[in-house]
Amino acid sequence: MTEPPGAAVSVTDAPPRSDTPSKPLAAQRVLPLRRPGRWIATAVVLVLAAQFVHGLATNPFYQWDRFGYWFLRPTVLDGLLITLEVAAWSAVLGLLGGILLALARLSKSPVLRAVSWTYVWALRSIPLIVVLLFLYNFSALYKTLSVGVPFGPAFFSFDESRLATDMVIAVIGLSLNEAAYAAEVVRGGILSVDQGQHEAASALGLPKGYQFRKIVFPQALRSITPNYVNQLIGLIKSTSLVFYVSLLDLFGTVQSMGATYPGDIVPLLLVATVWYLILTSAVSVVQFYVERHYARGATRSLPPTPLQKLRASLTELRARIRRETAI
Amino acid sequence: MTVTDITPVALEVHGVHKWYGAHRVLDGVDLTVRPGEVTVILGPSGSGKSTLLRVINHLEKPEIGYVSVNDELIGVRRQGDRLKELSERAILTQRSRIGFVFQNFNLFPHLTVLDNVAAAPVATGKLGKAQAQDLARELLGRVGLADRTGAYPRQLSGGQQQRVAIARALALRPGVILFDEPTSALDPELVGEVLAVIKDLATSGTTLVIVTHEIGFAREIADRVVFIDGGRIVEQGPPSEVLDRPRHERTRDFLSKVL
Repeated sequence: MTEPPGAAVSVTDAPPRSDTPSKPLAAQRVLPLRRPGRWIATAVVLVLAAQFVHGLATNPFYQWDRFGYWFLRPTVLDGLLITLEVAAWSAVLGLLGGILLALARLSKSPVLRAVSWTYVWALRSIPLIVVLLFLYNFSALYKTLSVGVPFGPAFFSFDESRLATDMVIAVIGLSLNEAAYAAEVVRGGILSVDQGQHEAASALGLPKGYQFRKIVFPQALRSITPNYVNQLIGLIKSTSLVFYVSLLDLFGTVQSMGATYPGDIVPLLLVATVWYLILTSAVSVVQFYVERHYARGATRSLPPTPLQKLRASLTELRARIRRETAI
Repeated sequence: MTVTDITPVALEVHGVHKWYGAHRVLDGVDLTVRPGEVTVILGPSGSGKSTLLRVINHLEKPEIGYVSVNDELIGVRRQGDRLKELSERAILTQRSRIGFVFQNFNLFPHLTVLDNVAAAPVATGKLGKAQAQDLARELLGRVGLADRTGAYPRQLSGGQQQRVAIARALALRPGVILFDEPTSALDPELVGEVLAVIKDLATSGTTLVIVTHEIGFAREIADRVVFIDGGRIVEQGPPSEVLDRPRHERTRDFLSKVL
């Protein structure tokens, strides 16, 4: 702890640096450290960003007038509707399937565990496009689908080509794929709930279904939500593959319009891009509020909404200005 | 001393053996608790006292032996001269008659204090929602938390959380309440408020079985102290005997370390 001689500079010994009568040190604000590097980096990024936006706006290659023409065309909106429909159905069915698969995987029965594991393994290994094309050609492989005793008499049978519209094929394909990923997301969420919660719930004698629905699952949702939304955004983009089972979704519409109007391919792709951006933004907003809802009790106070954050930073700014002018 | 069968019995542990793999945790435990009696279980860590408590409400299954609460076998039923495992649903119903208070409280963090207490009577169909909430308010008043009903557990201190956990256990009007080291996770200055609530229960005639390290508290409220070591009951009796004039070397040894 001994210091080399001369190294220690006593604060009180330092001579005042200016001629102004010096205030006592303790009464003054500490001067913030200047950070020139940060300012330079900010300036460089701003210039690059401005260049990018300028290019986007002025480059004739993008044909923004054609973009305006196509953006709200009924054919494009019809495609968007198909995309939304397929995504919504697959998201719901995929999540339900995922919950069942996760429960099977966590069950005490080795058969259920193995079936669930195998399903997830298989569906995660096969590319989605292969699954979709397989289902598309399914009606050629199996002419009728029947419900009944295995290898025995059938109770109902369906003429498959009538049952399986392109929409149904797309939803089934995406749901099967989605369920495999959702299963792991849900399983991870359930495992993240403290063992003490299971014990407390069963020590109170809460019925099994109630334990899952009211105690374990709501707590699991806190970690399921961000992961599942991630999954969901992937799903929204994967819907563009349904074009290959001759369903005209947003991407399919843009693609076929582009074939008819080859000059408009770029603005059409921009139309699709902007719509996908809008969809994922909407999902992100919903995610924020769902997460906030399930954070109840997990943190001492809820995370602020963007509006609350804005208000808080304005108040902070006002207080700071008052402070600076006072000194 | 043998127990005569004339006096009523609230809780009986009969010849319980329990292994975790090759490790023997409980090695033939017999224990009888009378209605309204306060039993304190002492013992070094790893002696099997928490396991014994968890066997009583069947959170752990005994390999050999059985437990009965108010003359009802727990987790099993008798078929001829064999014991058969009960369905999960039946075991859950039995557990709702046995209160359990955990060392780490294990409150449900996503529910308010009021809902933590009111959940079980509603879920088990014993009370309607409004009635359960009235009962919850009454019980929270009893543990001194009438003004915190709307808070979430993580907004409370450890002592307050444990008092909510006790109110939650009381909400099912259990015949027996088991406490697994209820003050071990608390800061020293918060221990007193929890012990005061338990003492209030003890004097009101509830049957309690308490695993604890608070020797002073044991002396104050226990009708009987049970000392466990190596999965066996080494000795038991009133606190004046077991704590002040222990007969066994191991009991003396343990008490000299913790006192």
